[in-house]
Amino acid sequence: MLRLKVSDRQEITTLHSFLTLVFSIVTGMLAISLIFLISGANPLYAFAKIFTGSFGSIYGIKETITKAIPLILIGAGLAVAYKAKFWNIGAEGQLLLGAIFGTWVGLNLGESLPFYIIVPLMFLAGFIGGGLLGAIPAILKIRYSVNEVISTLMLNYICAEFLTFLIVGPWKGKTKFGFPYTDDLPESAILGVISGTRIHYFTLILGILSVLFLGFLLFKTRFGYEVRVIGENPNAAKYAGISFFRTLLIVMIISGGMAGLAGVGEVAGIHHYLSYPASISSGYGFTAIIVAWLAKLNPIYVIISGLFFAGILVGGDAIQISLNLPAATVFVFNGTLLVFLIMGDYFLKHRVKLQWSRT
Amino acid sequence: MEEIIVSVLQRTLVAGTPLLLGTIGEVLCERSGILNLGVEGVMSMGAVTAFIVTFATGSPWLGLAVAILAGMLISIVHAFASVTLQSNQVVSGLALTMLGLGISGLLGKPYIGTPLSVKMNTLPIPGLVDIPYIGRIFFDQSPFFYMAMVLAFIAWFILVHTSLGIKIRSTGENPRATETQGVNVSLVKYLCVIIGGGFSGMAGANLSISYSKSWIEGMTAGRGWIVVALTIFALWNPTRAVIGAFLFGGIFVLQYLIQPFGISPNLLAMLPYLATLVVLVAIGMRDSNKLNAPAMLGEPYKRGER
Repeated sequence: MLRLKVSDRQEITTLHSFLTLVFSIVTGMLAISLIFLISGANPLYAFAKIFTGSFGSIYGIKETITKAIPLILIGAGLAVAYKAKFWNIGAEGQLLLGAIFGTWVGLNLGESLPFYIIVPLMFLAGFIGGGLLGAIPAILKIRYSVNEVISTLMLNYICAEFLTFLIVGPWKGKTKFGFPYTDDLPESAILGVISGTRIHYFTLILGILSVLFLGFLLFKTRFGYEVRVIGENPNAAKYAGISFFRTLLIVMIISGGMAGLAGVGEVAGIHHYLSYPASISSGYGFTAIIVAWLAKLNPIYVIISGLFFAGILVGGDAIQISLNLPAATVFVFNGTLLVFLIMGDYFLKHRVKLQWSRT
Repeated sequence: MEEIIVSVLQRTLVAGTPLLLGTIGEVLCERSGILNLGVEGVMSMGAVTAFIVTFATGSPWLGLAVAILAGMLISIVHAFASVTLQSNQVVSGLALTMLGLGISGLLGKPYIGTPLSVKMNTLPIPGLVDIPYIGRIFFDQSPFFYMAMVLAFIAWFILVHTSLGIKIRSTGENPRATETQGVNVSLVKYLCVIIGGGFSGMAGANLSISYSKSWIEGMTAGRGWIVVALTIFALWNPTRAVIGAFLFGGIFVLQYLIQPFGISPNLLAMLPYLATLVVLVAIGMRDSNKLNAPAMLGEPYKRGER
């Protein structure tokens, strides 16, 4: 009889881990082709479109880098939280609150301050906004054992409604002809872009620097060690006397704060005013979950996986238009890839063999 | 005044029904030890398939059947990942949500903005509906309401009073000991995840062919996540789920009720989500030993060497 024999794999090499990743992505793409086929789109055409729309053209590359900025910022923050097994699904809301805080600073102090003061102030405010929102689920989890997946998600909805409330109500711009937008940020609060692109380089540099910092924090410091122990072996962490409250609180302030930075970048670099939640963030907070996962929760790798998923977002936009597919197509991509990454993990950790046996 | 109270209570039950259906399914699933965070996506699949089938055939009952089937089918993904592959249930649940939201968006695109000409009509129970007040509140509802109440009772009976229920509960408490009793733990978990998915599919159908009669992307609006919270509120008990679901149904109705008083609709829309947080904190203030959460909830179970 043909049987499957499963045993634990003792050693996992970097090469093996990389090849598994590539294999997961390729098989995931095949599964996505199937879904395209079922919904009546030619998968080869769709993938060609995605590629030319993202990495395969100058315009595509510019847009891919632009969309990678928030994904890298958020993904690195999520990687830190997930390393502690704190499931922060609230980056979307943290981004929005960061955008709200940053915009408030820009609108109210921007006229009187030069850009080299106002821009750092806005990012600081954004970090505080996102960080405060990140702190809430950490406190709720440790004090009242509230499941963080639910609390972070509920805060997403609450922030989205709050932002909408602001732009249709008290913050509605006087110069916007009744549209639900705030006024434009003053000149000094608007981020410069690389000419001919939408790449707001200040946020990009900030992103890369903070990714390097988080990588250092997580793998080279005592604090990072504590984070990893809490994630990998909470009992050991307890015996070692690591404070869960202090560590998870800091982790979530960082994680939320990073999303807050992304929010400021989107407003000050791209939109220049606040508008509906769905236009400030096109699901970056959710896509970044897989960005972090694909990067194996290593903030440094987030740069690569962030670019990869930014390409999918940009290419996804391209096929939405040319194949008339809905915005949710990107979710299909993300969901399918995540499923295949999970499966890949299994084959990485286990040795699965088909063998003949006489029983 | 009486008229208003009766109408509010009636609508509370209407708004609570999809939450109840979803919660029964999630209670079943979590009792077997599997945390399913995919409810939002599965509900969305149920909503879109029920809509499309009802639209194409003109039969809401057929729509409901297909929605249940679709919910069960897509839940196999989570069952496979969390039982067979022993993967992290949070991550695979999120993957299921993304898949469900994505595929339903893809399938439903051509139907946006076209309302159904038929929907699941209310089914007044002859005789009972004529009871003053009570009749209009409880017995002038859509079939979804009656089904949800009956299913809540059945689920409670099975879990608490049958040997199957004991198998499910002990799988969630101590899978290793359960296995030594000759129970196929993996099979129990698979069944609970898949049947739970069927309930979510049903909840989705409730939204698209009864609660409203149209399909829009994101129409589940976080109800799937509220269901996950309600499961905790219900202390993993289907009869307590009834209370939780209609409490939240009331909050949904309350939004519209106090809107005329000049409060921003956006602030009111926060209510169900805020209430979810409040409820979870209130439960967290209790002694955690009395919560009775399934001991091995969310823990991958690896079969020992034989």
